[in-house]
Amino acid sequence: MSEEPLLSLQNVSLAFGGVKAITDVSFDIRKGEIRAIIGPNGAGKTSMLNVVNGFYHPQAGEITYQGKTRRRMKPHEAAAQGIARTFQNVALFKGMTTLDNIMTGRGLRMHRGLFWQALRFGPARREEIEHRKVCEEIIDFLEIEAIRKTPVGKLPYGLQKRVELGRALAMEPKLLLLDEPMAGMNREEKEDMSRFIVAANRQFGTTVALIEHDIGVVMDLSDRVVVLEYGRKIADGTPDEVKADPNVIAAYLGVAH
Amino acid sequence: MDAARASANSDDTFAKLMRLNAWVRGERPAFRLKEFGIWRTWTWNEAYRETRALAQGFADLGLERGDRMAVAGANRPKLYWSICAAQMLGAIPVPLYADSVAEEIAAVLEVAGAKLIVVQDQEQVDKMLTILPTLRSVERVLYEEPRGMEDYDDPRLAALDDVIASGRARVAEAKLSQAMDARIDEGRGSDPSVILFTSGTTGRSKGVVLSGERCIAAARDTVAFDNLTDRDEVLAYLPLAWVGDHYLNYAQGFVAGFCMACPESAATAAEDLREIGPTYHFAPPRVFEQLLTRVTIRMADASAFKRWLFQHFMSVARRWGETIVNRQPVPILARLHYMLGSLLIFEPLKNTLGFSRIRVAYTAGEAIGADLFAFYRSLGLNLKQLYGQTEAFLYVTAQADGAVRSDTVGPPAPNVVLRLAADGEVQFKSPGQFVDYFGEPEKTAETMTPDGFVRTGDAGVIEPDGQLKILDRAKDVGRLSNGQLFAPKYIENKLKFFANIREAVALGDKHDFVAVLINIELVAVGAWAERNGVSYASYQELAGRPEVAELVKRHVEAVNKALSQEPAMAGAQIRRFLILPKELDADDGELTRTQKVRRRFIAERYAPMVEGLFSGAAEASISAEITFEDGRKGRLEGRALIHEPQTFGLAPMPRARVAA
Repeated sequence: MSEEPLLSLQNVSLAFGGVKAITDVSFDIRKGEIRAIIGPNGAGKTSMLNVVNGFYHPQAGEITYQGKTRRRMKPHEAAAQGIARTFQNVALFKGMTTLDNIMTGRGLRMHRGLFWQALRFGPARREEIEHRKVCEEIIDFLEIEAIRKTPVGKLPYGLQKRVELGRALAMEPKLLLLDEPMAGMNREEKEDMSRFIVAANRQFGTTVALIEHDIGVVMDLSDRVVVLEYGRKIADGTPDEVKADPNVIAAYLGVAH
Repeated sequence: MDAARASANSDDTFAKLMRLNAWVRGERPAFRLKEFGIWRTWTWNEAYRETRALAQGFADLGLERGDRMAVAGANRPKLYWSICAAQMLGAIPVPLYADSVAEEIAAVLEVAGAKLIVVQDQEQVDKMLTILPTLRSVERVLYEEPRGMEDYDDPRLAALDDVIASGRARVAEAKLSQAMDARIDEGRGSDPSVILFTSGTTGRSKGVVLSGERCIAAARDTVAFDNLTDRDEVLAYLPLAWVGDHYLNYAQGFVAGFCMACPESAATAAEDLREIGPTYHFAPPRVFEQLLTRVTIRMADASAFKRWLFQHFMSVARRWGETIVNRQPVPILARLHYMLGSLLIFEPLKNTLGFSRIRVAYTAGEAIGADLFAFYRSLGLNLKQLYGQTEAFLYVTAQADGAVRSDTVGPPAPNVVLRLAADGEVQFKSPGQFVDYFGEPEKTAETMTPDGFVRTGDAGVIEPDGQLKILDRAKDVGRLSNGQLFAPKYIENKLKFFANIREAVALGDKHDFVAVLINIELVAVGAWAERNGVSYASYQELAGRPEVAELVKRHVEAVNKALSQEPAMAGAQIRRFLILPKELDADDGELTRTQKVRRRFIAERYAPMVEGLFSGAAEASISAEITFEDGRKGRLEGRALIHEPQTFGLAPMPRARVAA
């Protein structure tokens, strides 16, 4: 992990009409770290991720990604620049198989046109084999060989989440945004998922930013944690620092009046 | 190549056999492995080269003749080659059950004293690292899959691929290559070839030492028996440490020269089976049962027309399939009808199950239900039964093509001598017979009879057609007070083949007659109750319903009818039974963790009910304080009516004790 930020946000504010979702928040994500964003319900965590990958455009503030500063970025531009994400509610193609879903993650890296791909001939064929290989490595990595050809709609929720992670990894992202990757999972599934996130971070050097409610998991996984409450940043630091911060304790446990 | 030497002395060890295969059928496929979604194939030539490289690598790590080398993991070509590489050096491979916990492995390694351990992955490495401090013999642990191993720095760990690479470079030198040839030639057929540890379900596990020449002799007999050739193919999915894998895949594969395909993972085995389409296959009855359940469930969801089609042709199959599989004459119209069924139902179904190309399939290990067995046979699958054990290098008996029954395990396999002791125990002498238990001469002596037969510990009878029928563990077989042979498990199994009966406990040793405690299967009987408007709120209530008793009684009577047709068993028909008011449960100590009934324990806990059965009372009740395994105390309360099913061809029940 280096000190160099991969992405930094300066004084970002986002409002929907009169509702302020994010107010004047600044923080950065360093190359190679696992960064957690936590906070009570409605704190603006998912909005924050949406700002990062260009789905929402903040009214104020700047986003610097890989040294380039901009205020507006479209989601497909974010994807092309190596930002991948998973969603709070699984967003997969339910009728397609695990393998095909993961293959869609390669879409941006396929260069041959639709015509060549449809013909599956010559360079397009070579390209597909190349991409299939990457996908198979991810399938092996996530230990989902047994469901390779199963339509994802038939899979239990925990596995769908894993497939979604697989699709994000297939983009070979520089920055991986995970929105509640462990929501609704049992303890064993959470442990598996944590293992895969840490392994992806170590083996592929993927920088990870994740939102998670399970504080135990967050403290175990992340290098640094940023805490939001009502759209404002109330703490930022290592898990131990954050745990000891009186503002955080007050936000989570309430304060004595 | 030196053909004279090859023919004179090339087939009494597995190392020589592998070399022979590389010479004779070098370009034929020997091993396959599905990796990254693709089947990768190694020919006998390639496998032989890799194995030599591994052997050189092991030798460089200090593995010598007579040393032991443990192997733990799933079925992977490199693990099979490791086994053969150790054998090349005259070292003795000890395959371990991959899913054993660390303590079990420690106990085995303590006895085996392994110098090297070859494991598949990080999971196994972790297990080994926890037990290494207590094992002084182990010098190195080699792992096949490097994944997740980056942060390990124990100096005893090394990647198997590195060992192969360094061995490959070294064995390329002419001098070392010749030395390797010499090592292979030095191996004698009488040397220990492998140590297979028994699974330990009937006591502590013992290391069964098998010699190369005996293993190969046994495999040769059965390869000829089933006409296996190098065009055959198997899916190697059974545990490495189990004799079945070492026999059916490794030994027979080396002798016949066929290809062993290794599945991608245990979870994908069913899918891989379909893709490979093996021609020779083994599965325990449990697996066949699960497959049938899956088919049944899917058919229940199918459209009415498909269901009708399936049922129609399955009835044709039941009527004629067996006769056709056995190549007996069949009326031409029936044959055409069956052929149509093949086209529409049987072949597509077999294809779905991965059974399309199977010529020979075996099942063994436990009793298989007649209906289940007939289902697969009638589809045209040549499913047969065998009986064996580790000490025999698997085969003791095996059914020949065309002489197959569901309730027997076949006549003695080629060159096996079989006999029954006075107490009914099956004893044998076989070509593959074990040498001894590793490091336990007193155990060896206990197992051998003075005249050199091996005691199996199983009780059986030999049927008029010469086929062996296994009844039960010999120590569980008893006699009724009139001297009638009483095999509880045999009777229990017959009852349990009915879907409505989940467990049965047969009692009768030293009693006047056989009585049975029965557990109904809540799911099956519950569904039946729903269909028939029988209401119930709990297991206990359902078990007490007279309609349910009537249903179970019909099953018991069917069992009695079947027993009455067997001369050895006719006197052991069930006279009285009751349905237990509580489900037997492993958590309460009533079943073992592998779901076998603990008969003696149950007889004690339910003593008042057992007394009721044998005293002639019309009902029995129980009310007792019991302590569960975890120390909790609870009350066991309930009552049950006692029922008297019809018996066939027996004198009326002795009524002397009905005084109560």
